[in-house]
Amino acid sequence: MELSQQLLQQLINGISLGSIYALIALGYTMIYGIIKLINFAHGDIYMVGAYVGFFAITQAQVSILPALLISMVVTGLLGMLVEKLAYKPLRHAPRISILITAIGVSFFLEYASMYFVSPTPRTFPEVIDNVAFHVGDLVINGQQLLILGITVVLMAILTYIVQKTKLGKAMRAASFDTETAQLMGVNADQVISFTFVIGSSLAAVAGVLVGVYYNSIDPLMGIMPGLKAFVAAVLGGIGILPGAVVGGLVLGVIEALVSGFISSTFRDAAAFAILILVLLFKPSGLFGKNTNEKV
Amino acid sequence: MNFSKKSMRLAGALLGTMLLGGVFAGCGGGGNEAKSDEIKIGANFEMTGNVANYGNATLEGLKLAIKETNDAGGINGKKIKLIEVDNKSEASESVNAATKLISDDKVKLIVGPAVTANVIAESQVATDSKVPVLAPDATSPAVTVENGQVKDFIFRSCFIDPQQGDVMAKFAVDNLKAKTAVIYIDNSSDYSKSLGQVFKEKFEAAGGTVVMQEAFLQKDQDFKAALTKIKTANADVIFIPAYYEEVGKIVKQARELGITQPLLGTDGWDDFKVADIAGADALNNTFFSTHYSDKDESVKAFIDAYNKEYKHAPNVFAALGYDAGKLLVDAIKRAGGDDPVKIKDALEATKDLQVGTGIITMDKNHNPIKQAVILENKGGDRVMVAKIMPEAE
Repeated sequence: MELSQQLLQQLINGISLGSIYALIALGYTMIYGIIKLINFAHGDIYMVGAYVGFFAITQAQVSILPALLISMVVTGLLGMLVEKLAYKPLRHAPRISILITAIGVSFFLEYASMYFVSPTPRTFPEVIDNVAFHVGDLVINGQQLLILGITVVLMAILTYIVQKTKLGKAMRAASFDTETAQLMGVNADQVISFTFVIGSSLAAVAGVLVGVYYNSIDPLMGIMPGLKAFVAAVLGGIGILPGAVVGGLVLGVIEALVSGFISSTFRDAAAFAILILVLLFKPSGLFGKNTNEKV
Repeated sequence: MNFSKKSMRLAGALLGTMLLGGVFAGCGGGGNEAKSDEIKIGANFEMTGNVANYGNATLEGLKLAIKETNDAGGINGKKIKLIEVDNKSEASESVNAATKLISDDKVKLIVGPAVTANVIAESQVATDSKVPVLAPDATSPAVTVENGQVKDFIFRSCFIDPQQGDVMAKFAVDNLKAKTAVIYIDNSSDYSKSLGQVFKEKFEAAGGTVVMQEAFLQKDQDFKAALTKIKTANADVIFIPAYYEEVGKIVKQARELGITQPLLGTDGWDDFKVADIAGADALNNTFFSTHYSDKDESVKAFIDAYNKEYKHAPNVFAALGYDAGKLLVDAIKRAGGDDPVKIKDALEATKDLQVGTGIITMDKNHNPIKQAVILENKGGDRVMVAKIMPEAE
């Protein structure tokens, strides 16, 4: 394979990996944008989404679209429940308490799933035909395009909701100043709940698509993608929706290039080095505006 | 497999300890009077915890071998009594289990546990009490040899990791006529790293060239970047010594990227999950070494007996547990009694013994010299393509 061909193939690999990070990062960034919480349980919500989709397909015998919807609904409700039980009582507590709670929720979801569905990895049935397109030596497969497409469409829908709808206006108001928004008649609790529902159902979509794409799911599958999505969200500017998508894609491409041209063992080191560099030199991320943080 | 074998060894050791404990208790008198027509063997296995699958399967195989012996009249008129202890898949519990088997139950030998770490954990207490340990499935060399010194009382009944690297290198050169190879290892596993190293040495000694070495980590999902790089090397074979979960994904993604070369692996591939994840088509033209083939005529007797006893087919761990049982029965017979030191000497002298999955001769490092089989995945089935005897160390 020519060097240029190899480079192109690595770009394709990177974009397909990156679109998964982007999909998870969307939920991350949205929740952060509204209540300034880094929801470390987000990766595990994504895992639960994958399992719900898996059981919908294998037990309820539904096809991929209903499975996605079922998974979005169930996982969205789970997200809401987590918010009500674990985060809401801490809304006025110091931010560190709620962050630690998020870590606790993350472990809880991981090990509860391990108990209920066993740690053995499950294999997804092949519900989407995997067509491979060959362009010269390059290989692109249908599922990669599908994941990228879904990510971009969901980003567009979310941006529309946040920027153009009444609910979005309430979200932005709550994000800007929860108490003032409440005084203006915004039901902040409802808005926050809704944010968790949307964020979690996005994670569910990512979980099911990853299950279909990689063909294997297990209770700890959310840890690494969760962390990578966090890096992606920070890279793009945490709280900014298009930033999460661009951050995810950039991270995926960087990982593929590092694996392909330097060494696959440096890949994760490179990803987290990016996190450190962004935090050092441009904490607001690629798309972020420098604003004074209100403390 | 490394881990599992280790666990199994530990479990076996506990089991052995328990049995031995029983024997001693009987001799010593008191409330726990031993019957002179019994030989107590301890089974120290992972019956619960994260590698319980390995421990329980090995124990089932072991029990079958003991039952067959007892049904046939025992050893010189004495029945074998197996005392089972659960080590909960933890090294510290493995030590406790072994201690209980040795001091309370007075067993004459411990079989298990399954995974290497748990066997290593109990080896000091067993050595101090001069009770032999037989590990059925711990494949790490460190189980029987420490700092170049053979551990007097510790034995195993399966082959060791490096032998598989050796076997696959020979197979690549002799059968597949490979001149170049890529090695793709799991950097988070000692099993994978040591196999990769041995394969490189043996493949290059046989005139081949390793043109590229790449690595991944356990739990990785996406291997395409490294595989794209591996594709450019255009080697004759790709050696992937790893566990089934990652192997399944690697094989699937490699074929998606258009890598058509033979992919080679080791006993970590010996799980039907690989076919589930990768799909039968992607698995064509892949080869791996393992302990036995269920289509081998000489293994049929064991498989039939096992099916009859448990109503399900044995897996590789059950087969190794059965082998350990056969090996210990033979040693006790030749020891002419149940003195642990004599049993140890007899284990050392094991030669050309037919067990469930092959013929075993114990080498000076307490590792059996035992053939490996190479299976090819072909059209959703597994075909035995070679039986290779590793060279003795």
